[in-house]
Amino acid sequence: MSGSGRLLAVEDLTVAFGPTKAVDRISFTLDAGETLGLVGESGCGKSTTAMALIRLLQGAETGGHAWFEGVDLVAVAEERMREIRGGAIGMIFQDPATALHPMIRVGDQVAETLRTHRRLGAKAARARTIELFRQVGVAAPEERLSVYPHEMSGGMCQRVIIAMAIACSPRLLLADEPTTALDVTVQAQILELLHSIARDGAMSMILITHDLGVVAGVTNRVAVMYAGVIVETAPTDRLFADPKHPYTQGLLRSIPRLDSGWDEDMPTIAGAVHDAHALPGCRFAPRCPLAAEVCREAPPLRSFGADHQAACWRAS
Amino acid sequence: MFDSVVGTLPAVTPPRRHASRLFFRHRLAALGLVVIVALVLSAAFAPWLSPYNPDDLDMANRYAPPLSAGHLLGSDDLGRDVLTRLMYAGQVSLSVGVAAMAVTVIVGFAIGAFAAYLGGWIDVALMRVTDTMLCFPSVFLLLFVAAFVTPSLASISLMIGLTCWMELARVIYGQIRVLRSADFVAAARMVGAPAWRIILRQILPNVMAPILVAATLNTANAILLESYISFLGYGIQPPQASWGNMLTNAQSDFLVDPWLALMPGLAITLAVTSFNFIGDGLRDALDPKMSRR
Amino acid sequence: MGRFLVNRVAQSAVLLVGVSVIGFALMHLAPGGPLAMYTLNPTVTAQDIQRVKVQFGLDQPVWVQYFKWAAGIFTGNWGYSFFGGQPVREVVFDRLPATFELMGSALCLSLLIGVAIGVLSAVKRGSLLDHATAVAAMVALSLPTFWFGLLAIFIFAQTLGWLPAGGNHSTDGGGFLDGLRHLILPVAVLALVLVAQWSRYTRSYLLEILNQDFIRTARAKGLRPSRVLVNHALRAALVPLITLGGLQLPLLVGGALVTETVFSWPGMGLLFVNALGSRDYPVLMAILMVGAFVVVLGNLIADILIALVDPRAKIAHV
Repeated sequence: MSGSGRLLAVEDLTVAFGPTKAVDRISFTLDAGETLGLVGESGCGKSTTAMALIRLLQGAETGGHAWFEGVDLVAVAEERMREIRGGAIGMIFQDPATALHPMIRVGDQVAETLRTHRRLGAKAARARTIELFRQVGVAAPEERLSVYPHEMSGGMCQRVIIAMAIACSPRLLLADEPTTALDVTVQAQILELLHSIARDGAMSMILITHDLGVVAGVTNRVAVMYAGVIVETAPTDRLFADPKHPYTQGLLRSIPRLDSGWDEDMPTIAGAVHDAHALPGCRFAPRCPLAAEVCREAPPLRSFGADHQAACWRAS
Repeated sequence: MFDSVVGTLPAVTPPRRHASRLFFRHRLAALGLVVIVALVLSAAFAPWLSPYNPDDLDMANRYAPPLSAGHLLGSDDLGRDVLTRLMYAGQVSLSVGVAAMAVTVIVGFAIGAFAAYLGGWIDVALMRVTDTMLCFPSVFLLLFVAAFVTPSLASISLMIGLTCWMELARVIYGQIRVLRSADFVAAARMVGAPAWRIILRQILPNVMAPILVAATLNTANAILLESYISFLGYGIQPPQASWGNMLTNAQSDFLVDPWLALMPGLAITLAVTSFNFIGDGLRDALDPKMSRR
Repeated sequence: MGRFLVNRVAQSAVLLVGVSVIGFALMHLAPGGPLAMYTLNPTVTAQDIQRVKVQFGLDQPVWVQYFKWAAGIFTGNWGYSFFGGQPVREVVFDRLPATFELMGSALCLSLLIGVAIGVLSAVKRGSLLDHATAVAAMVALSLPTFWFGLLAIFIFAQTLGWLPAGGNHSTDGGGFLDGLRHLILPVAVLALVLVAQWSRYTRSYLLEILNQDFIRTARAKGLRPSRVLVNHALRAALVPLITLGGLQLPLLVGGALVTETVFSWPGMGLLFVNALGSRDYPVLMAILMVGAFVVVLGNLIADILIALVDPRAKIAHV
């Protein structure tokens, strides 16, 4: 499933808001055509990571490197970054209803991307927009061009947003909780849409979510984040089959199962996420059933087989 | 071109700058408070603090400039000490400001609260009246009424108060409409508490924030309005001094003794600015949506 | 849009009726009644008063008077001035152009300058410029306008001699430039408070908008900051700004009154103050109604503009 090479290489990416490190030296890679799931609870830093990649954060100090097509996204000049945003890297966000400008027709909003990055004229942009609408499953695309966001359903809005994000055929799509704000039935449709777009366009995708169920059918690999660090990364089926990190195990266990007994307690992970201060040692230790003396020292990512890494001293 | 000026647009509040603005606002509000306290004290204790009596004539030193001949801020056309007169005038202007504010707050709250809480035709009627009153520029209305009513501290305060309550009524109306469906209100209603009781005991404490902000800002506005109508001669009547009527002859005073025309205006500006700073600071402090601005 | 328009115009008409009722009530509740000029004057006999009452139709029941007066206002018969007898409508209309000149110029100027300052403050938030303009705006809002006007006259007209001290034209007629020179100080004084308000509110609205999701999307699309600011942020700010314009109208009209008195500007405001002295009710009422009418009309226009600009607006109203 990997394409012809490395698209994105993130090295020791750190994002700090004042003294707090929301993301603390994470590293991962993404190949062309690959879909990576970035999973974790709210506040673990996954959205911050994506925003940091296209430098949409302000008031944050970003350190480390993020190599993308020969350019370091962390350090590159703002003008070049603007070309990359929307052009080479697209991003979609969580709440489709508020992500579109309420006073501009949706067709114009999509066309704006095309005219900025591809310098298309009005007619060409219109034609391409219709094409994109068709591709994302917007019915009657010609009529939808002059519609305003408040006249569309949530699912329709998200389709338009996806169209906008892929308009210039970006090599990488960042999807930050794209289905969380949608109805369950629509969720599946949108996920399927994203999956097919990534597959057909040989586009890489980072799918950010707190819901492990979402990554199951869509991603090639998964990286699990906790309190600003990556605690485990593995090919998707291996992660589900044989999770090594106690946190991942806890996450998987806490997905309600149809075949669990009626009288059994639902498994949870005890405790709550601590503030993202630099806790010495393993950040998960306070809540970990396997915690021991050795966990006072922060564990590095250790290899557990082909392409499977986990940051835990006690994992086996 | 334009982009270099715009640079990058602020999105998430930079923590350092946000804090600097809060602190700055806070300092100004504190400064405002200090100034107001000073003004109030100097006005209240004028008989003891002032260097002269307000009616003491000093015909030998008329129109004296500040820092001269024993007059710290100069003297007026009859040789009366300006500083003294300012302090005594402060009593009047500040009391009118506060009294008018009290009228505004009481009337505005009452109308807004009853309209919002009781709903139905009372709601419609009260709000229609409010909207209609808002169409009149308050200066017009105030002057119109002031010209026909015998001016006194009380009547002026009442008039100013009655021309400024509408905005507060609207704000209170909006807030209480939301609160009306709150659980604790429903609980009180179930126990059988009468409407006015619920409004006073349950609802009022929850809308104190906008009331406090409105109180300070309205005091500021009332002082300005009083000064204008007194300047025109329809407000506080001489020989009783207010900052406004000390300026009645300002136009000619500017030619003879600019300081004389300057001082009362500065006093007004000082007082009003301070109240505005306090009001602004209160708004920031009490605003639940603190992450903005 | 049609239904929306009809709806809003009807609302405005109802508002104007309410305004007329309150205005009429005020006039009759004032001590001495509408003929205070005479009734409070000890040298005027009771018969004279009765005669004048009949002459002005004031001996009829109140509601009849109201309807006659209201009908008159509507058809253009605004009565006659107590102080000279000219038709009120002529007297007032004579003064309207000067007031509109003052108000219009002040509004345009303050809009341009105020919004520009507000935008700059928002974009350069937390900077020295931001803090300085915030303090300056606060002080500007706290100055007594009449005093500031007198101060301006003292400095620029009497001391420096750069600008005329009052009136809207020189005694020897003067042309366009002369009129302009006379306009500068009054407009500057009137606009000061408005600029302060526009800048503070623009800054506030803009900052709130810049935190919205759709701005984040615009930036994620790789648009230039100027484009995000103008096409996206400012466009969204149009609605609250237009609303603010409507709300500012009473302030504008009231401020014009104060400015006209200080600069002897021959407009409605000055006429109002003069008519106060002679208790000239018909004139006072007429100006009050015109002032309210301007406010109501202005708000109507603001609502229409919002409906044109914001696709969600009509839903709320119709």
